[in-house]
Amino acid sequence: MARIIVVTSGKGGVGKTTTSAAIAMGLAKKGHKTAVIDFDVGLRNLDLIMGCERRVVYDFVNVINGEASLNQALIRDKHCDQLYILPASQTRDKDALTQEGVGKVLEDLAKDFQYIVCDSPAGIEKGAHLAMYFADDAFVVTNPEVSSVRDSDRMLGLLSSKSRRAEQNEEPIKEYLLLSRYAPDRVKLGDMLSVDDVQDILSLHLLGVIPESKSVLTASNSGVPVILDEKSDAGQAYADIVARYLGEERPHRFIDEKKGLFGKLFGGK
Amino acid sequence: MSTDSQNTPHSTSVLEFKSSTFSVPVLVLSNNDLDAIEQQLQKKIQLAPEFFKNSPIVFDVQELNAQKIDIDIAALANVIRKFGLMPIGIRGGNEQQAKSALDLHIPVYSIHNNLSSDAPKQQKNTTQTTEISSATLITQPIRSGQRIYAKGDLIIMAQVSAGAEIMAEGNIHIYNTLRGRALAGVQGNPDARIFCFDLQAELISIAGNYKISEDIKDSTRNKPVQIYLEEHTLFIQDIREH
Ligand SMILES: Nc1ncnc2c1ncn2[C@@H]1O[C@H](COP(=O)(O)OP(=O)(O)OP(=O)(O)O)[C@@H](O)[C@H]1O
Ligand SMILES: [Mg+2]
Repeated sequence: MARIIVVTSGKGGVGKTTTSAAIAMGLAKKGHKTAVIDFDVGLRNLDLIMGCERRVVYDFVNVINGEASLNQALIRDKHCDQLYILPASQTRDKDALTQEGVGKVLEDLAKDFQYIVCDSPAGIEKGAHLAMYFADDAFVVTNPEVSSVRDSDRMLGLLSSKSRRAEQNEEPIKEYLLLSRYAPDRVKLGDMLSVDDVQDILSLHLLGVIPESKSVLTASNSGVPVILDEKSDAGQAYADIVARYLGEERPHRFIDEKKGLFGKLFGGK
Repeated sequence: MSTDSQNTPHSTSVLEFKSSTFSVPVLVLSNNDLDAIEQQLQKKIQLAPEFFKNSPIVFDVQELNAQKIDIDIAALANVIRKFGLMPIGIRGGNEQQAKSALDLHIPVYSIHNNLSSDAPKQQKNTTQTTEISSATLITQPIRSGQRIYAKGDLIIMAQVSAGAEIMAEGNIHIYNTLRGRALAGVQGNPDARIFCFDLQAELISIAGNYKISEDIKDSTRNKPVQIYLEEHTLFIQDIREH
């Protein structure tokens, strides 16, 4: 049975698409057949981050409308043959998505895939609602600042009341916190909330901290999910996150200020 | 919405009936003096204007009828509307009152307010005279944007986030941090209390007497407290000093 993961936040620009690409790749690299879906209809982005924008023929909306089959629309990733991308349409708006249509696509994907990662658009409107509605797990991406935390809290409220699982009184969606763009030196200066502050406000299970990192921009410019840059801090953070999600225990990293050369050589933590 | 010719196989029906439960304040009347009602209503609303703004309301005239006091439903509806409240029902009325309500397009509800109240061995709450139905227990966090209304006491085991609103006709107990708004005794019970483990509220209110975050002294902030009403003044007290 497939597990549906929504990557969501409420607030825009916090790193949902970066995260969706990274964890989908991470899961696929571990041998799980994974599909990643761009729900950001009209502002598609995921295909760029995944480096497959020039291979898009059909999109999510075409499949919903019966204009293309899933097999025609799914793009196989060029780095990992266990990973497929379902791109969003750039020419439609979010009204093109219907609950019935999304449900049908997810149901069909579930027959063939182990993980389905849904990259949510920002906001709490229709697109974001449909991205989370069918989810089993939610990765709530939050930046260490008050407005992002508040929006995540709002989204958590919707996950627990407006999702399919909530409406049908099933076991609730499993919610995980991914604290992204974390900069320990700025936390120290008091410009940013600390991990503890955020956890205190959200009381949510922390799946991982992703540091603010230049490697993210480099990766997205070259169309390669940052998790494949194994030397980068952000890449390692995402690898940890995937491993923890799959049940491995790994100590948290990237919470404290960067250590000097000595610390880098010897400090695992 | 744009229509799309290829869309037709997926065209869905445009309506659906669903059953939902709503919490609506009930105005229980014990006198038919419209001037007195108007005055007291005004006072109550002034205490929490936001709470009552455009609020639906059901009026309960059962007690009046028990005392054989008649009331002019149309005139009453007018008084209530004057304050921006929206009457959406009447209960406990006699045949004549039900008829005049229906003439005003106000639905008539039957009177079985809470199932538990006529159960013979209901757990005794307190010695309060106000009817209090059994408590509502919530174990999940109440997140920003969520609203909870309990007819009796409200017990919350998890946090109440900033931007969330919890209301109870009885007491509120929060065994965690209160960051949102908590309103106890919302039907006017001045004996209702709020208890919480860590006070960081945006607003606290008992029977319409409220304090906003700015009014909460640092000495009680981030502390386990109880909040109660004495002569229309809210007191916040560290539970450990009780
Ligand atoms: N860990 C990071 N370090 C540095 N920059 C980052 C990091 N994560 C994301 N970014 C940058 O932040 C910007 C927004 O990221 P991304 O597109 O993933 O966010 P999003 O939540 O999907 O945005 P939207 O709400 O618009 O869909 C991008 O420019 C990305 O490169
Ligand atoms: Mg995005």
